[in-house]
Amino acid sequence: MCLAVPMRLVRRDGDFGLAEVGGIERKIGLQLVDEATVGDFVIVHAGFAIQKLDEEAAQESLALFEEMARLDV
Amino acid sequence: MKYMDEFRDPRAAQHLAESIRAQANGRTMRLMEVCGTHTMAVARYGLKGLLPPEVRLVSGPGCPVCVTPNGYIDHAVALCRLEGVTVATFGDMMRVPGSRTSLEQERAEGRDVRVVYSPLDGLRLASEHPERKVVFLGIGFETTIPGVAASILEADRSGLPNFFVLSAHKVMPPAMGALAGDPEIEVDGFLCPGHVSVIIGAEAYRFIAEDYGIPCVVAGFEPLDVLRAVELLAAQVAQDRAEVEIQYRRAVRPEGNRKARALVEQVFEPSDANWRGIGIIEGSGLKIRERFRRFDAAVMLDVTVEPAVEPKGCICGAVLKGTRTPGDCGLFGKRCTPEHPIGACMVSSEGTCAAWFRYGADGE
Ligand code: SF4
Repeated sequence: MCLAVPMRLVRRDGDFGLAEVGGIERKIGLQLVDEATVGDFVIVHAGFAIQKLDEEAAQESLALFEEMARLDV
Repeated sequence: MKYMDEFRDPRAAQHLAESIRAQANGRTMRLMEVCGTHTMAVARYGLKGLLPPEVRLVSGPGCPVCVTPNGYIDHAVALCRLEGVTVATFGDMMRVPGSRTSLEQERAEGRDVRVVYSPLDGLRLASEHPERKVVFLGIGFETTIPGVAASILEADRSGLPNFFVLSAHKVMPPAMGALAGDPEIEVDGFLCPGHVSVIIGAEAYRFIAEDYGIPCVVAGFEPLDVLRAVELLAAQVAQDRAEVEIQYRRAVRPEGNRKARALVEQVFEPSDANWRGIGIIEGSGLKIRERFRRFDAAVMLDVTVEPAVEPKGCICGAVLKGTRTPGDCGLFGKRCTPEHPIGACMVSSEGTCAAWFRYGADGE
């Protein structure tokens, strides 16, 4: 029940909005993420966005893992 | 899916496994994954099979359904038997056996028990059915609690008179502190729960590193996240450091989500809470504040609940503390299966017994 997934915010009307992942849209509560705007990725859990995803930090982690994948093990 | 699939590259995983071996440098260590979603990821991707034998991962008390005591299920059952009451709950709770019956059995007997995905669905049920009293079963940790707080505030704002919450919410740091201070448990490092930390922030674990000398790394949930976090932990343990680090930086800030914390603070106040198998941990629960008591099912809806009876032979409690494994339980896989669960740890997909049943002891 603790599953939370990154979804893209496609609409925001105040405290509520629509988020999308894999072609599925879902109505979510945005009370916890004042700063999230349309186009941002948010982490959604039990119908609420709980945080805006930091895309820069995500890219940094991915760059680290890509680097590793390229090295010979 | 974006921000998920990229974190599953098997070559990077191999490389991380090598690096963990190098960092551990022969030192034996027990690392506890506190969160049930980590337990599930570890089992599902066979991560234990990638680790060197000296680095052991043990499961902790981070499956909210599993730590919910029988008495709570009994209370929910008593409520659903009241005239005019609808119980709305996350699906995982349906099959958890209470002392005498489960919510699923109650529904089969005609009580109005609904599975919902969000507390917002509970609000919607209440406004669509003004003639019914809708009780949302408020279980879960810090990840889930802000949404429940926001829902109570919505109900308050719109003057919804028939929405209630039966709160058994729990907070993680006091439980981790209790484990850290328990000599029986022997944890060398904590893989801290990523989505709990989204809300409370990594700083919430500082006392564990500083007072107990146990390193903490906040980890994400994809296989590479978990392996990288284990690598950071192994390095700390091997170098006798105890710090708080964040591996899951795309989601977790040191201070967490301030807005979410403020909403929780507005609606709830700290209380002691009963953890299945562990007992009462001081300050580890949240109860609804006086100002919002009209939404508190425990106060507003009067029922008698018989004393709870624990299932005979179930060692869920020790499994939740990481002192025993499901393999030590005589009922595992015989009388207790996901089809016919005896204890809560077999019901939730995040439960350690369920993960062992589905993916094998080592998840290999
Ligand atoms: S296998 Fe079943 S009975 Fe045994 S500890 Fe796990 S949940 Fe309890």
